[in-house]
Amino acid sequence: MENKKRKGDVLFSKYNRGEGIKKALSITREDILFELRDSKLKGRGGAGFPTATKWTIVAAAIADQKYVICNADEGEPGTFKDRVLLLEYPELVFEGMVIAGYTIGATKGIVYLRGEYEYMLNSLEDYLDSMRRDNLLGKNILGNSKFDFDIMIRLGSGAYVCGEETALIESLEGNRGEARNRPPYPVNTGYFGMPTVVNNVETLASIPHIITKGGEWYRKHGTDKSSGSKLFSVSGDCLRPGVYELPWGTTISELLKIVGAKDTKAVQVGGASGICIPKSQFDRSLAYEDVATGGSIMIFNENRNMLHVLKNFMEFFVEESCGQCTPCRIGNVKLLEGVEMIEKGEYKFSYINQLKGLGKTMQVASKCGLGQSSPNAFISILENFKEEIFNGNGGGNGK
Amino acid sequence: MESKGDFRAPVSQTPHTIEKPKDTSTIGGMISVEINEKKISVPLGTTILEACKMAGITIPTLCHHEDLCVAGVCRICVVEVQGMRTLQASCAFPITSPIKIRTSTPMVRKARKHVLELLLSEHYGECYACFRNGKCELQFLAKEYGIDQYTFGHVTEPQFEIDNSSYSVIREMSKCVLCKRCVRTCIDLQEVGVLEAIDRGDKTHIGTFLEKPLADVICINCGQCINRCPTAALRANDPSDEIWAAIDDPKKHVVIQTAPSPRAAIGEEFGLGAGHSMTRELNTALRRIGFDKVFDTNFTADLTIIEEGTELIQRLYKALVKKEQVALPQFTSCSPGWVKFIEHYYPEYLDNLSSAKSPQQMFGALIKTFYAAKAGIDPADIVSVAVMPCSAKKFECNRPEMNDSGYKDVDFGLTTRELARMIKEAGINLPEMPKSNFDSPFGEASGAGLIFGATGGVMEAAIRSVVEFVLGKKAEDIFEKANIIPLRGFDGIKYMEIPIGDMVGPVPKLLQSLVPNWDWLKGATLKVAVAHGTANAKKIMDDIKAGGKFSECHFIEFMACPGGCIGGGGQPIPTTPEIRRLRAQAIYSEDESLELRKSHENPHVVKIYQEFLTEGPCSHLSHKLLHTHYVKRGRYIA
Repeated sequence: MENKKRKGDVLFSKYNRGEGIKKALSITREDILFELRDSKLKGRGGAGFPTATKWTIVAAAIADQKYVICNADEGEPGTFKDRVLLLEYPELVFEGMVIAGYTIGATKGIVYLRGEYEYMLNSLEDYLDSMRRDNLLGKNILGNSKFDFDIMIRLGSGAYVCGEETALIESLEGNRGEARNRPPYPVNTGYFGMPTVVNNVETLASIPHIITKGGEWYRKHGTDKSSGSKLFSVSGDCLRPGVYELPWGTTISELLKIVGAKDTKAVQVGGASGICIPKSQFDRSLAYEDVATGGSIMIFNENRNMLHVLKNFMEFFVEESCGQCTPCRIGNVKLLEGVEMIEKGEYKFSYINQLKGLGKTMQVASKCGLGQSSPNAFISILENFKEEIFNGNGGGNGK
Repeated sequence: MESKGDFRAPVSQTPHTIEKPKDTSTIGGMISVEINEKKISVPLGTTILEACKMAGITIPTLCHHEDLCVAGVCRICVVEVQGMRTLQASCAFPITSPIKIRTSTPMVRKARKHVLELLLSEHYGECYACFRNGKCELQFLAKEYGIDQYTFGHVTEPQFEIDNSSYSVIREMSKCVLCKRCVRTCIDLQEVGVLEAIDRGDKTHIGTFLEKPLADVICINCGQCINRCPTAALRANDPSDEIWAAIDDPKKHVVIQTAPSPRAAIGEEFGLGAGHSMTRELNTALRRIGFDKVFDTNFTADLTIIEEGTELIQRLYKALVKKEQVALPQFTSCSPGWVKFIEHYYPEYLDNLSSAKSPQQMFGALIKTFYAAKAGIDPADIVSVAVMPCSAKKFECNRPEMNDSGYKDVDFGLTTRELARMIKEAGINLPEMPKSNFDSPFGEASGAGLIFGATGGVMEAAIRSVVEFVLGKKAEDIFEKANIIPLRGFDGIKYMEIPIGDMVGPVPKLLQSLVPNWDWLKGATLKVAVAHGTANAKKIMDDIKAGGKFSECHFIEFMACPGGCIGGGGQPIPTTPEIRRLRAQAIYSEDESLELRKSHENPHVVKIYQEFLTEGPCSHLSHKLLHTHYVKRGRYIA
């Protein structure tokens, strides 16, 4: 799919290796934080937390050790954009980490690489070695006697929940991958209790561009509340699936046109944990202020059975819940059972409504983002496709 | 990257809490919060749960436990915090800025009810057929929230087989609600780590290494997990049916010994607050339900002091005078959880463990020899029961080496909880019982034996005797009222030095065959330490391994359970620091009310060395009956 790639003019704009680090080391930490704040960059993992704020808190923290962690546990169903960045633009990601280390005062960076991406481990290690040879990594980077920084790569073991930053940290510490209680947040109490910046691959890859070209340049792209561009991983019923860099604010129908999708019935934005957008809402735009997303776009045409789509998502969550908190561990099982009841036509509307209520509890009472977002598909698909599901090919008519 | 030390079990989840300031009068030390429109001021880092308690509001909890680190997994304690999109687990939320909290909104009530209904949907069994009926935290919450139907269904088949492989702890995981209290107890509180969550999603369950039966893993049988389990997923292996059968068999002579800690706690099972000692009421109740003789374990606790104290003197004499290689410091051996812990974790230090049996096992050996002969009863017809605060005692009495009388020395170990149920089953209300005394020939025991129940008690009892033996002075002249305060209380590790000085006394008759005089102890300083909870034991052991301060000790008391026996795994549920404090208080005040407070002054102990163990402590016969050996188990299981 990588060959079907549309290069935008922000993340994929021209960049010379080492340029970002060189520029960063020539200015102060405060200047870097200023540019970052000016850029209005928000986290690209999906939650959209302002990156400058995160870095500022860690930079201000007093600690013996601080860490930069790159979240490369790209596990959301339907996303594959980090893979492209890591394979083809490792300089952007790693230099972003070095700049983060310089800004917050960390000497260690860790890439938490998705277990399924083990095949790229050797090439990434080779790339890090080449950076070390060029003094872009290691001791006294680019002759700066006050700055040491090195990066190690650690492999995940396949748990979806480890993409959640606190579960990722637990996993890195050698524990079971389970989300921590928040607060305190990783910026205060992160890896081994130390202040830690955890950023998505795409967020880090944006940093060298912002440092070299300026926050103002970055802010010119996208919308007022969503600056810059976004990588979308497009899959499903379309002619040209692949990774696309598009400015924030692109509408869903524009995107569908670009990728060559026809007879589209629904678009699942944000992967299994995202929401399902029906045709009537295709004029909505992809941006933090409207349909926020980590970049997964799944396209379903008229031939798809939305109940089967939903069942697939629910099966995913039943298996991928880490199992620690009650709403997520058991709630997802109950939602899946509900879908199966509808499938067989053996359901009562009153019970389905109770399950929707349960879904709302899961959204507010689960411990981490996994449980909080797992009912999204259940709620949005049953709501937006109720005619198809309850009267059409989704099963019987209930009792 | 960072090493986690030698072989610490993986932490269940590092407690990420905000430290409370030592001085709250500094700026920012106190935070004002609004709870249900009521304003209060709390120290920085206080959890919402604690703040609500201060404000007089009860928040339901399930995974939270005072003894354990925060988990925040059951989600029953959620509350609304203004400005936050999601509900917050009050047990896990440290207050660091002024916030507005609402504890009873429609969203909160709905969420709590949903959590309960979800838990009940997967909780196997019915309440009326459950040993925790009436004492189950899940049942209590279901009642409180008016759950009158299984909205999301209810499992009809057990999902797991019951693991009853262990003599001590039975696991019925179909009743588990995954609060992980047992995991946190085993890993963090005890640092044993045989229980951990396995698999994920809907398949998540608590299991052992490679799902082996509990008897085959390195469980120390302490039963602390049972004390903290909110449901009936964990329970002790209950021998009461067999005990009833023995009582009902006219050919059997059924005797029972009662340890001090169950007596200080059993009242809780009958609705009394913690800290009511029921010793003499219990004697009457036990006779009424059919035990033929009731003996006091404190008697053999006194005997333990003599045997273990003599052993210590022997070791010191060999090391200091004969310059022989002797394992020092000597470790106490009366806690069977600790014994199994050291057998698994530090087998290279088994020589340091006193060879003296625990009071329970000493008594067992004496009952089927000395007592049987004296009473003219065939030991084969004696059924010997021990009421203990402990689940590990069940394992201990089943150790193959514990049959020195020629029979199984103690037939059954019974916990406080199980005995309370037997008494209730017999229709007896314990607090209403008239008081009565123990049976002879063991009858009376000293307060020194009594305080074995609390952490530091064995050491205090030993010191009371040792100072009198060596210095020839009354313990009361050295320690006010013979209370040795530095050894009391609940600090995880306690340390004390006792200078011997230049004035030593004559060697008492009992020890004259072992040492000629005390001159060799002149100017020496006796160094002792106490640890309770195996996590603390581990700290001392690692220090000894590293040649630290504790390697210079002479005698160290180890108890597997937090608080010592009063916090044992067979004690009434619940357990909290406050409950343990009150139980200990009951024991110490009973000790202070007694005339006889030193083991070596117990006339029955003196008599047994005159009549039966005539060669004295640590002699051939006492070694045969009152001492034992240990097994190098190691941490790796075949």
